[in-house]
Amino acid sequence: MQVSDDLVKQITEQVMRALRAQEPESREGTGRKENGLTGSGNVPNTLFKMDAARHVRQVISGELGDDDVPSMAGRKRINERRTDYSGYPRAAKGTDPKEVVIGVGAAFQREIKKTISGIPLEEVLSNVRAGIEEEGMTSRVVKILDTSDVGFMALEAAKLSGSGIGIGIQSKGTTVISQKDLYPLSNLELFPQAPLMTRETYRRIGQNAARYVKGENVTPIPSVNDPMVRPKFQVKAAIMHITETEQLDPELKAVEWNG
Amino acid sequence: MAKRSKRFEVLDQRPVNKDGYINEWPEMGFVAMHSPYDPKPSIRIENGKIVELDGKQASEYDFLDQFIADYAINKEQAPVSMAMSNVEIARKIVDIDTPRKEVLKIISGITPAKMVEVINELNVVELMMGMQKIRARKRPGNQAHITNLKDDPVQIAADAAEGALRGFAEEETTMGVARYAPLDAMGLLIGSQVGRPGVLTQCSSEEATELELGIRGLTTYAETLSVYGTEKVFIDGDDTPYSKAFLNSAYASRGLKVRFTSGSGSEVLMGSSEMKSMLYLECRCLYVTKVCGSQGIQNGSVSCIGIPGSVPAGIREVIGENLVAALLGLECASSNDQSFSNSDMRRTARTMLEFLPGTDFIFSGYAAEPNYDNMFAGSNFDAEDFDDYNVFQRDMQVDGGLRPVKEEDVIYVRNKAARAVQAVFRQLGLAEVTDEQVEAITYAHGSKDTLPRDVAADLMSAEDVMKRGITGVDVVRALQETGFSDVAKSVLSMLEQRVVGDYMQTAAILDHEFHVMSGVNTPNDYLGPGTGYRVEGKRWEEIKRIPHRINPMDI
Repeated sequence: MQVSDDLVKQITEQVMRALRAQEPESREGTGRKENGLTGSGNVPNTLFKMDAARHVRQVISGELGDDDVPSMAGRKRINERRTDYSGYPRAAKGTDPKEVVIGVGAAFQREIKKTISGIPLEEVLSNVRAGIEEEGMTSRVVKILDTSDVGFMALEAAKLSGSGIGIGIQSKGTTVISQKDLYPLSNLELFPQAPLMTRETYRRIGQNAARYVKGENVTPIPSVNDPMVRPKFQVKAAIMHITETEQLDPELKAVEWNG
Repeated sequence: MAKRSKRFEVLDQRPVNKDGYINEWPEMGFVAMHSPYDPKPSIRIENGKIVELDGKQASEYDFLDQFIADYAINKEQAPVSMAMSNVEIARKIVDIDTPRKEVLKIISGITPAKMVEVINELNVVELMMGMQKIRARKRPGNQAHITNLKDDPVQIAADAAEGALRGFAEEETTMGVARYAPLDAMGLLIGSQVGRPGVLTQCSSEEATELELGIRGLTTYAETLSVYGTEKVFIDGDDTPYSKAFLNSAYASRGLKVRFTSGSGSEVLMGSSEMKSMLYLECRCLYVTKVCGSQGIQNGSVSCIGIPGSVPAGIREVIGENLVAALLGLECASSNDQSFSNSDMRRTARTMLEFLPGTDFIFSGYAAEPNYDNMFAGSNFDAEDFDDYNVFQRDMQVDGGLRPVKEEDVIYVRNKAARAVQAVFRQLGLAEVTDEQVEAITYAHGSKDTLPRDVAADLMSAEDVMKRGITGVDVVRALQETGFSDVAKSVLSMLEQRVVGDYMQTAAILDHEFHVMSGVNTPNDYLGPGTGYRVEGKRWEEIKRIPHRINPMDI
């Protein structure tokens, strides 16, 4: 049978007649989504979806019906693949006493491109580096591949740093300034609430890190606090952290990173 | 949906819809009560050794399994308890004819996986009933967070004094800038004793620092000894169950009260849940805590509450893990200490699960400052909720551990605490506290109302305290020499507790005459109506006296 405009029109009219003859709930099925037709005029304005009618029937009869949010159950990774960094140069211990090493997370600028608050990671890095340079010090970036814990990341960066001062930055934006001889869970400055970080904060982190290198009596960046950060962001933080942790490749320890 | 329902537009804007929710996802650990990957309970004992635990042979044990198999389970009791059905044990937990001691004996013989199955038999009302019966101390208690955005040790002293007057039995501080710890610990110690003698204090900081502050007598208990439910997370924290046991012993050797910290969701946040339920991982934490010799635990998800809070039955799981702590004979400081929801209704509902039955510490910490000053990233209740909380106690005749207070009394203790810190700092040659700072802090609500401090000078003083080896005894002497002899006597009495050691017993707190009230000398003896702790007598009269009552003579 040849498909012609006439045939389409004919079928459409049959369908419309059939629908008008049926129960009101079926008439709801003349929504745009299903057949490209608008309602007959008996259904003012609102265009109902066939889905809704069916779903209402399911709900009142005690069935579950469709879920808007797909189940993730059964899926064991967030990203199927792990990025291979074996071709990258291993991070070396620096000798420049003016150097601050920035240790970024395993998923940084790859699987994760923006912090939890939406700042592009390129801009995070450029601000920290600018802050360091404004104070006359130099910076080097490494990617930490053997831990996603920001305290240990910062300490590892500090140990690689020619000056002994390092900054750890998780891909979600959480940041620590550390010094090579501190206890692992201690720090010079900690910025635990990533959603509150701004570009300006990252710049000031760079400046303060550089001031520690110079041995100045540094005034820490004032703390900020939003008690509602947790309910808003903790699930997202977990997903981002899992994404980062999945990308670890502990044998490589850390590699030099140029974005 | 081109055109939107106005009702749904309103609902979408409600605070509860600003919270984060997610479907159960067991592979990532987003599952509260039961994961399909949780092990089946099992135990096999050969030659006095547990050679199979929850489906694993000894050769497959990770270090948590090994630790638990070696020390956590009563091997004589295990065959009896493991043969009991889950529902039979669950019924005994709520049964008013089965004494607490008998329940604890049964529990001493079950494995973590069995514990999970038992807890899964209980709904939230039954879990609360269990907590009412099983918690260690007869009288419930409460703990405060005392912090501020500036890490100002003088404000800490004033808030500690007010908090102590309001009824908190323990007070905990922490810092935005970690190096402030010695000064803030001193502020807290002094302020707490101004408000009400006998209040215990601690300073949450990096573990080695926290231990040193304790050993020096600048704090009187410790709480931040964290344990985790998977080997990977333990190792990431540079720890093992054995290292935690050593750390616990270090505190014990100096006579300090210690409790551990754990809670569901931490393994999920760290990306290493091993696909297990939050309840199962928390059970492992609690068994480890018990074996480490800790008298108690701070649990109930604590700082990870956004994770169980995001999944179905997550808040049931939280009271569930609180109850597991109590069932293992541990003091339970039951969290409620972290901002949990944008919705006032939801955050209140969540707290009722511990408030109504009463726990050893309903909050492990209540923010006794406005939440913008809470440096634990916000608590579930804060200083602006004090009167709501007092009304809850009065409405339901429940002891939540707080009392209504008079404005002039609060101003008096805040001022005295601030002046005491000013005097001690001056006497010890530490950073200056001006009269203007004292005045502002006396009348302040939070750090927005106080004057700035010279942070660089404070940090140099803090370093000085550590270098000079300043101890609690130096604080006592400085208080005595500057005319604060009553405060000096209280701080000295707190140091004496370290020598006596009775307050190291399970769930110990001190009254205003430094008498210990613990699970040992004042045990919970609840066995149904007519027994256990009742809100009556002077305590009930005190709870009734909320502010803003109508005086009929004024009408």
